[in-house]
Amino acid sequence: MVLASGSMALATRTERTPSLIGSVWRSTVGKKAVMAVTGVIMLAYLVAHMLGNLKVFFGAGEFNHYGAWIRTIGEPFLHHKWFLWIARVVLGSAVVLHGVAAFQLSRRDLAARPAKYAHARRRASYATRTMRWGGVILALFIVWHILDLTTLTVNPNAEEGRPYENLVASFDRPPVTALYIVAMLALGLHIRHGFWSAAQTLGANSPRRDRLFKVLANALALLLTCGFIAVPVGVMTGVVS
Amino acid sequence: MNLTLRIWRQRTADAAGAMTSYEVSGISEDMSFLEMLDHLNEELILAGDEPVAFDHDCREGICGACGMVINGQAHGPERTTTCQLHMRHFADGDTVDVEPWRAAAFPVVKDLVVDRSAFDRVIGSGGYVSVPTGSAPEAHATPVPKPVADLAFEHAECIGCGACVAACPNGSAMLFTSAKVVHLNALPQGAPERESRVLGMVGAMDAEGFGGCTNTGECATACPKGIPLQSIATMNREFLRASLRGGRGA
Amino acid sequence: MDTTLNDTLDNSPDGTGEYHRYRVGAPVADTKAPDGPIAERWDRRRFEAKLVNPANRRKQTVIVVGTGLAGGAAGATLAEQGYRVVQFCYQDSPRRAHSIAAQGGINAAKNYRNDGDSVHRLFYDTVKGGDFRARESNVHRLAQVSVEIIDQCVAQGVPFAREYGGLLDTRSFGGVQVSRTFYARGQTGQQLLLGAYQALSRQIDAGNVEMHARTEMLDLIVVDGRARGIVARDLITGAVGTYLADAVVLASGGYGNVFYLSTNAKNSNATAAWRAHRRGAYFANPCFTQIHPTCIPRSGDHQSKLTLMSESLRNDGRIWVPKAKGDTRPPASIPEDERDYYLERIYPSFGNLVPRDIASRAAKNVCDEGRGVGPGGQGVYLDFADAITRLGREAVEAKYGNLFEMYERITAEDPYRVPMRIYPAIHYTMGGLWVDYDLQTTLPGLFAIGEANFSDHGANRLGASALMQGLADGYFVLPSTINDFLARHPHDAVPGDHPAVAEAVAEVTDRLRRLLAVDGDRTPDSFHRELGELLWDECGMARTDAGLRKALDRIPALREEFWRRVKVPGTGAELNQSLEKANRIVDYLELAELMCLDALHRTESCGGHFREESRTPEGEAARKDDEFSYAAAWEFTGTGSAPVLHKEDLRFAYVHPTQRSYA
Repeated sequence: MVLASGSMALATRTERTPSLIGSVWRSTVGKKAVMAVTGVIMLAYLVAHMLGNLKVFFGAGEFNHYGAWIRTIGEPFLHHKWFLWIARVVLGSAVVLHGVAAFQLSRRDLAARPAKYAHARRRASYATRTMRWGGVILALFIVWHILDLTTLTVNPNAEEGRPYENLVASFDRPPVTALYIVAMLALGLHIRHGFWSAAQTLGANSPRRDRLFKVLANALALLLTCGFIAVPVGVMTGVVS
Repeated sequence: MNLTLRIWRQRTADAAGAMTSYEVSGISEDMSFLEMLDHLNEELILAGDEPVAFDHDCREGICGACGMVINGQAHGPERTTTCQLHMRHFADGDTVDVEPWRAAAFPVVKDLVVDRSAFDRVIGSGGYVSVPTGSAPEAHATPVPKPVADLAFEHAECIGCGACVAACPNGSAMLFTSAKVVHLNALPQGAPERESRVLGMVGAMDAEGFGGCTNTGECATACPKGIPLQSIATMNREFLRASLRGGRGA
Repeated sequence: MDTTLNDTLDNSPDGTGEYHRYRVGAPVADTKAPDGPIAERWDRRRFEAKLVNPANRRKQTVIVVGTGLAGGAAGATLAEQGYRVVQFCYQDSPRRAHSIAAQGGINAAKNYRNDGDSVHRLFYDTVKGGDFRARESNVHRLAQVSVEIIDQCVAQGVPFAREYGGLLDTRSFGGVQVSRTFYARGQTGQQLLLGAYQALSRQIDAGNVEMHARTEMLDLIVVDGRARGIVARDLITGAVGTYLADAVVLASGGYGNVFYLSTNAKNSNATAAWRAHRRGAYFANPCFTQIHPTCIPRSGDHQSKLTLMSESLRNDGRIWVPKAKGDTRPPASIPEDERDYYLERIYPSFGNLVPRDIASRAAKNVCDEGRGVGPGGQGVYLDFADAITRLGREAVEAKYGNLFEMYERITAEDPYRVPMRIYPAIHYTMGGLWVDYDLQTTLPGLFAIGEANFSDHGANRLGASALMQGLADGYFVLPSTINDFLARHPHDAVPGDHPAVAEAVAEVTDRLRRLLAVDGDRTPDSFHRELGELLWDECGMARTDAGLRKALDRIPALREEFWRRVKVPGTGAELNQSLEKANRIVDYLELAELMCLDALHRTESCGGHFREESRTPEGEAARKDDEFSYAAAWEFTGTGSAPVLHKEDLRFAYVHPTQRSYA
């Protein structure tokens, strides 16, 4: 009795035994980590996607062959197109998780700062301030992009199995090219802040490595934006036709 | 020097507030910003008005009591506390906007006074080493490498003023919380509670209604004590590590 | 038994001279310190003290007022022991008390340097440094406990400075010959306070401490001669509430702010201690105030507080003023032979490194002669030109860079090019509530710890000893001694409607109401400034019989004027910072009078108390041990009525009094 009372006074909070997924998803830090991980997955995909796109400069044969090959990855272990679908599921989940987490965190963030300052002042960099709207633009673009070049729904001149020709047909429409270029600029800005931010969120950053991550983020943003924009520019200038 | 001040006046927590203009004359450039407000308040009292309420205490930049947003910047244009900001950084005829810290977790109490008790609860959720008085081992029993001690010190410098929260567009307390997590988790004395500390403090921070981090860096820019933004990365790492290990202890 | 000190019956025109009288009452003595060898007393006291059964501690409530080093440490420790603690601070958080501003360090007799330090040496240095006006038993215990403080703080994660080998670094401080000061850069107070705050926060979170921030104690509740609670005002809502307990601990700090300009935090105040004094606790040695020689001078009438610059600057800076009166040339155009390096001239062997009180008085003297520099002639130069030439700018920057930066931020002058201007300022008060060895005041159940008590520092505190005493009291001494009181006294609840409770509440609310009702034409601060200037002039660095009499005439008149002309806007039912200020000034206006009376009655010079009339042939402070080897504990008898002096004789069995000399 005496002992119990004495130790009670010393005891403070009891250890939590949370489920890993639940506790990570519930906390702002954990949810942000989900965004970072999904962001990095999408980024890795984009690097591969961009490199694949550049094959367009080596002619229809090579590009279309590449398109067909993607469907055969993993064979004979995997059935035809299985890899493609696995990748689509992973990427789709990443997009959804990234978006849902962003949405929930944004709502929380806006609620945490209900009153604005009367003396408004420009804060943070452009890339940082445009993450939310940039993200929405990119999400809408992804939908358009899939309808345009994967399902071919909005590409009236397209034919299944001829990606090179479909691509040229799509970019022959100046408004589409303009939309694409704007989206890629938004992507660049998103990556510029997002990559460094992911390093910070996942705890990879430190005062020593901060510069390195910022340089890497800028390099990645520049590389991907230029790499993606090169294709419509190629179509516009007639290098690709 | 003469200034036009536009100050947020709000009588109670529940009352509506508004920016109110005051013409202040006879300001010396050697005055601190708070002394300038003292000067205004003396005039307001004699004129039969209510003086402006603001928190302040040590007036040497260490207690963390003072803090207001001056022209949109937490603690004003210099990287220091409001009490250490001097009027020589303003020009005759300037209009200066003075507002309270804005964050859902820091409700306004009156005028420029806000309630920062959420910070105390974050500390109470793990920002300590459990060592009841008398139970400490001899101080030299555990040597601490100097770089580790220095790192801990740099983060222990946080004065809990709340400028980081005020500057953050999300009203996030990540910099404040990470300063304490890094301070104690870096030291061998803090190691046994390394995981419960970060889980507890992050949980409390979320429960208090602070926003999340979008890595804008505004907090570190506003911090009068120079707590680095990368402390947040370290706290994130500690949090993920503790989560992956299920908070089982070090 | 009672006598009247006739020579202080004076001649003031309006009859307020009544106040200058005091009566001498029965001596007061500590009865708690055991006899026997001094090194064994603390052990014996702890053994002889009765203990409270751990199971019963939860039923006992202890009120702690203040959350500085002493209060924070005590609250956390009592809660760890199992008591129910109800704690108060006027700040918005228990992390902000003014202990946080202490720069230098904390002394402890660890002897890590193997340089001959020991508990006995720290004890000896402290008694001697206090100019032989402290109680030996208490000081010895302080030295003993100092060792445990460092262990405790390190275990809490206080990031003390360390050597490359990972061990704690120490430095020598305040002219002591051993290196026993532990530090955390220039922020030792902050780091120690945060350690205590974190320990306290843990207990708050666990529900063992009920914390009331932004709540100010305005009176003490005394029931049947025993302290049973406090009356406190919620500073946000203005609600006046009562809190009852089995014991009350005051850790409310010193009263340096009575001077208006001091290095204390703006809101530090004497109200808790003074209210306790009014309720029966004796107030000891109020005239023992310490003045720090190296503060940044005031820049104008707007000055709201003073900022201290580390004393270490005097190691390399040379102090001077122009030889000619009223010389307003910029320092660079005053040639070498027209400068007076007065400390080097008067004290050739110690030069710029003379102790605090001597450096302070010398600065005052040259300024009084009209040779002071800067605005209002209230400053002297602290010149680093020679140091920069000798050591190079880089070396000076490495040593003092952060201090130079702070100086430049405040004054906009670059101390690498223009000499600093410094002037002394009030920064610590050795006087306070009289306590016995158990830290209990003369009111049973009321304890005073840290700067709030009359302390172990005698008439002068050594550098880096304030933090040591605050933490010793809070972590180790009080939590041991309070058990004895609680175990020996009946544990019975005081009914909330007890007449004594109602009377205390009525007194507090009445006073607040009266303050709001005056609606005069002067701000509270204007009175505080006027009182502060008067005290600084007459009861500051050097005191004279005539000056103190003048102050004693003026204070009651000022008090009367205050109650006639003060203007406090707003209401009592809201956050009203003017009302808070005015209420504190009411107490300063009474405390100031007791300080002057204490200073007038003590016709010797000792420590921080320098009477112009009591000097050695060389002009230095002269103690009068035959007459004044006692602590003066004053009993309150009513505002403006003659207090009663109770003397505690000080006997020195281990450290024998000697006269200090620095010529």
